[in-house]
Amino acid sequence: MDFLTLIQVLDSTIRLATPLLLACLAGLFSERAGIFDIGLEGKMLAAAFFSAAVAAVTGNVWLGLLAGVASSLVLSGIHGLASITFRGNQLISGLAVTMLAQGFTVVIAQRWFQQGGRTPSLLTEGRFGPINLPFAEAVSDVPVFGPIYSELLSGHSILVYLAFAAVPATWWLLYRTRFGLRLRAVGENPEAVDTAGISVVGLRFAAVGICGLLCGLAGAYLATSLQAGFVKDMTAGRGYIALAALIFAKWRPWHAMGACLLFGLLQAVALRFQNIELGGITIPVQMMDALPYILTVVILAGFVGKAIPPKAGGEPYVKER
Amino acid sequence: MEKMPKWADVVLIPLISLLLAAIISALVILGIGEDPVAAVKLMIDGALGSTYGWGYTLYYATNFLFTGLAVSVAFHARMFNIGGEGQAMLGGLGAALVCLYIPWPHWSMALAGGAIGAAIFGAAWAAIPAYLQARRGSHIVITTIMFNFIAAAVLNYVLVNLLRPAGSMDPATARFPEAVHLPSLHEVLAPLGIEFSKAAPANVSFLVALAACVFVWLLIWRTKLGYEIRAYGKSEQGALYAGISPFKITMIAMLLSGALAGMMATNNVMGEAERLVLNSTEGAGFIGIAVALMGRSHPFGVFLAAILFGFLYQGGAELALWTKIPREMIVVIQALVIMFTGALDNMVRMPLEKIFVALRKGKA
Repeated sequence: MDFLTLIQVLDSTIRLATPLLLACLAGLFSERAGIFDIGLEGKMLAAAFFSAAVAAVTGNVWLGLLAGVASSLVLSGIHGLASITFRGNQLISGLAVTMLAQGFTVVIAQRWFQQGGRTPSLLTEGRFGPINLPFAEAVSDVPVFGPIYSELLSGHSILVYLAFAAVPATWWLLYRTRFGLRLRAVGENPEAVDTAGISVVGLRFAAVGICGLLCGLAGAYLATSLQAGFVKDMTAGRGYIALAALIFAKWRPWHAMGACLLFGLLQAVALRFQNIELGGITIPVQMMDALPYILTVVILAGFVGKAIPPKAGGEPYVKER
Repeated sequence: MEKMPKWADVVLIPLISLLLAAIISALVILGIGEDPVAAVKLMIDGALGSTYGWGYTLYYATNFLFTGLAVSVAFHARMFNIGGEGQAMLGGLGAALVCLYIPWPHWSMALAGGAIGAAIFGAAWAAIPAYLQARRGSHIVITTIMFNFIAAAVLNYVLVNLLRPAGSMDPATARFPEAVHLPSLHEVLAPLGIEFSKAAPANVSFLVALAACVFVWLLIWRTKLGYEIRAYGKSEQGALYAGISPFKITMIAMLLSGALAGMMATNNVMGEAERLVLNSTEGAGFIGIAVALMGRSHPFGVFLAAILFGFLYQGGAELALWTKIPREMIVVIQALVIMFTGALDNMVRMPLEKIFVALRKGKA
């Protein structure tokens, strides 16, 4: 494999890791506050559809982004209502949210565009264009560093840079602010937070809201940057891979980035090479598809360091009277 | 003292939840510019108005019976088996191998053999998440989700690389031999003098599903093992104190659950397609969750809910055929049913409890 191929594979790794990373950080906020969320997939899907639909109709990608985030926030609100206010089963709620999005997006897409559950393809103004970093052109001829800078790091959409900037921001918010301390506490020991006179319900809704925002960005990225428009079920299990990455990273932001890049690399390799020859053994492409899930099961099984979820995760909080 | 009479919990709450889901579905249909009353009429006519419609309704219901029972058995041990889809996929593989490689002399033996093969493969696919839950404390919901995706990859590999007949482009197995053909309901009912549609896919495995209902009822409510499963589901501490092994119950409940999900293959693989194709499960594993929630994990409730969802599926197909309402409307309805009967249960329950308490006070 020559150097240019390597750069290209890594470049598509970054593109493919971005939606995973945004969704993974979304799940991180929610689960750190004690609300399991298996509905990341659904929120991304809804955001992908509404961002593409609004961008297609108005021709303005920013309005599309806004609509995508709004739709994701609505689903977050439903999940919060079910799992925080009515203390329902968070897993069932997450599943229902995903199904709701899977059905709704196609029903509405068919009604609005009559193209078999997809949106029209987005033209240039309906998509997020590449951002060229300063001097990308000038240094492109420098050996090794040139291609790395101009091909690999430069020329992505703004949401890619936003996703990677969200990693230190998440770390700072969770570990260096009062809000972050409280948010982590509410996922471990809500009674203590309540005793300190801080609203458990308020904190959890805030976390679920941040989760909705980030899922919205992830979905909008899928439909307006990675691809040009919405097609039925376009998230293709990415919400669940993000969930896997979250467990793989043991609910920590920097590790989440590592896990998402790893899973992004697996997708990029599977996309570029169908079957891989390794020392006489052929690794089928299906193995690459299944690897994120297999790795997650191995991690969950605790054979490679134990993944311990936030202690109060999945448990509705009942205030004592 | 119970806040509500039992009938309210078992009948009233699911009905109100269903009504809420129906109202929102009707609003959605109105929202996309169609007439909900006409839609319901079309669905009833298309799904229940002819033996052809019934044939499809019962075919879908058979799938949902198996997956609904699978989720219910796990629910009784307080486990959420979200992996019915993957277990049913693997069950399909088991049934296909049995049908392709064993020369069966008669369909009844093939049905028994296929059911066993499907059950073993389905149970095996549930065994690993079950073991990891029981021994390593890995959350069964997450592992079964992961196993759904791994199952899809395994099936894809096996169909594309191993079982696809030479020269075929389609990722599917060869057609099963003629002797394995399961009688359709038309063939079953004809000797009894009952006319049933020839074209509909409902087949003898519907009776297997009904037998599975009775089996689960007997097991859960009439055996020691069933008692242990329920005791463990009610209180792990209490069960432990009573000498019930959590490891044993977790394993048995999940193996049974996986086997039931796998046995769906007798219907969709052996009864209908008569070969194994990619995506033969069509999401039935997830509908099983809705069916189990609606049916309150009781086999009779599961039976009613499975018929209801069979009706919705066939009715939805008719809608897609004759109106502008796409098939995915069913997914929306299904999501609403899961949301209201599962996650938003307290939204209905809390006000109802207040009403019943107030009524009781009024009497006293």
